[in-house]
Amino acid sequence: MWEKLGLDLDAHDALLEMLGQLYGQTFMSQRNRPKGMEYFDFVMSEVHGLRIKEIVDAKEEGRKVFGSFCVFVPEEIVLAVDGILVGLCAGAEFALDEAENLLPRNTCSLIKGAFGFTLSNVCPYIKAADMVIGENTCDGKKKSYEIFRDLVSDLYVMDMPQMKNEVDRDFLRHEYRRFAARVEELSGRKIEVDALRKAIGTVNAKRGAMHRLAGLRAADPAPISGLDALLANQVYFYDDPVRFTESSNQLCNEIEERIGKGEGVFDKGAPRILISGCPMAVPNWKLPTIIEGANAVIVGEESCVGERGTRHLTDDTGETVEQLIDNIVDRYFKIDCAVFTPNTVRLEHIVEMAKSYKADGVIHYGLQFCAPYQIEAGPVEKALEADNIPTLRIDTDYSMEDVEQIRTRVEAFIERLKG
Amino acid sequence: MEGDRTVSSHITDTTFAPLTVCSELMRDLPGARIVATGYGRHLFARHWKCEVVTEIKAVAMGARALLPSCRTIIDVGGQDTKAITITAEGKLHKFAMNDKCAAGTGRFLEVMADALSFSREEFARKALSAVRAEKLSSMCTVFAESEVISLVARGSARQEIALGIHQAISSRILSLVKGVQIEDDILFAGGGALNACLRHLIEAGLDRKLHLPDQPQIAAALGCALHGDLH
Repeated sequence: MWEKLGLDLDAHDALLEMLGQLYGQTFMSQRNRPKGMEYFDFVMSEVHGLRIKEIVDAKEEGRKVFGSFCVFVPEEIVLAVDGILVGLCAGAEFALDEAENLLPRNTCSLIKGAFGFTLSNVCPYIKAADMVIGENTCDGKKKSYEIFRDLVSDLYVMDMPQMKNEVDRDFLRHEYRRFAARVEELSGRKIEVDALRKAIGTVNAKRGAMHRLAGLRAADPAPISGLDALLANQVYFYDDPVRFTESSNQLCNEIEERIGKGEGVFDKGAPRILISGCPMAVPNWKLPTIIEGANAVIVGEESCVGERGTRHLTDDTGETVEQLIDNIVDRYFKIDCAVFTPNTVRLEHIVEMAKSYKADGVIHYGLQFCAPYQIEAGPVEKALEADNIPTLRIDTDYSMEDVEQIRTRVEAFIERLKG
Repeated sequence: MEGDRTVSSHITDTTFAPLTVCSELMRDLPGARIVATGYGRHLFARHWKCEVVTEIKAVAMGARALLPSCRTIIDVGGQDTKAITITAEGKLHKFAMNDKCAAGTGRFLEVMADALSFSREEFARKALSAVRAEKLSSMCTVFAESEVISLVARGSARQEIALGIHQAISSRILSLVKGVQIEDDILFAGGGALNACLRHLIEAGLDRKLHLPDQPQIAAALGCALHGDLH
């Protein structure tokens, strides 16, 4: 199967070994994990195995596979033609030298990661994708897709508005309709109103399970570690949506029991941190590992891989495909990505999350060279501090060279929270 | 320490074998209560019974003991430069640190002094004596070193290059310090505080007075000792 997908088997083996080791160190050493996490461990252990097999089998049945790098790509439209949407690999520094042959060094890790995985032929999802969807969010992605086009079989670029006025909503609607037409063309299937409504229901259920998990993390002692909750949010992008929803709800059932018994994975009263900022794609566990290694617990992720990606459900009422697509537009148009200006609603969300999940402080995570989030970090920090929410800004990348410096900052921040 | 009194202090390089150095230091301190800080704090804690605090909290506590009215600390150490504010009650508040490279740290000064073949003390003194400065454009330690070599090759005066280096690092430190809300009184800690030229430039840049303790390089150690006393 791997050869058929065109993977570089040696490099892929090396990647899996690295991933397996890192996974063991990061996740399996945690104390008292919920039993429900076994499902996510299994998915991760098979993320380059059974899940790929499922996808390849589905392709043979004629289903189409769509790969994406962004939460602005509407999964509902893909599901409506019985397609599969997967998040593509971009969470590690892999084949950095090859990526830097095509991109300036001062490009963010996420973009370099996507290039590295693609160039070195180790991401089976990119290989399996019938179409890769790029989106003009930040300048880095927008311009790099021009180069990325030559590396994949079929790149489709979705344009994006930058403001939140009515004209921008119209623009997004236009882009989603154009995307829907392209999805119909590729799959050879027409989007029907019932199928689209069902797809909305499927994705709403998946997001609903994530909302439930998020709400349960308000408990003290924390019933699940931030690392495990992040993992669930990461698996969200790879797994079959219905199975994922079931497994997440089962995890939530178990967590509810734990809360009822006052059980947790950290001591009651452990410092509570909200992470805010750039997305953390698999296997980017660097900052959460440092935070939880210092005995503070992460109680939420204000991030694309987290609540920014899952916030808001889509209204499924409507008689026509156009009406349902309008509802989808309304839902996605609310995403408070830092590429938008102004983006004050994001600050409101951070404050709201900090309060709902009883965070003692916020750590703002910025990827080096991610201008939108790094620039927004300054005003966010100022506003949070003015609201008496202690805030620490960490700007970093995927490399491990600054781990000790970050550890010092994070531990000092926790000392500050303890008073 | 005995109460508030420092009984003895010792400064030594951690070298490439920090545990061996620690073993030697520990031999003279049987049964002492220990608090570890700095980059090797967790390594030390794996071998000796101790508490661990970050150097940020440690220097904040030390500064408060050295200067009870202290609200801001500028700490120029070997690996990091920090600007720290503390509340009126003496609690750690905001802090900012240099990026992951050595720009703006004591290490930068050391490398540059070596590039000009100055001793540490002479480096600051000569820089202070210069009437004009060669402007350095790079803040990267590696690039700045080659820039210094180019200036030397061009025949620039050593003390003028030295002043340029001090200006470059102090502007880096000043932008860091201005990122936190500074309030008087300000204590200058870390080995960098011993550099008279740096002190002068930072005071001029902030238009405020910096308080210089005796032995600024052990302010964090003092904070640790006091922390051990309290807990």
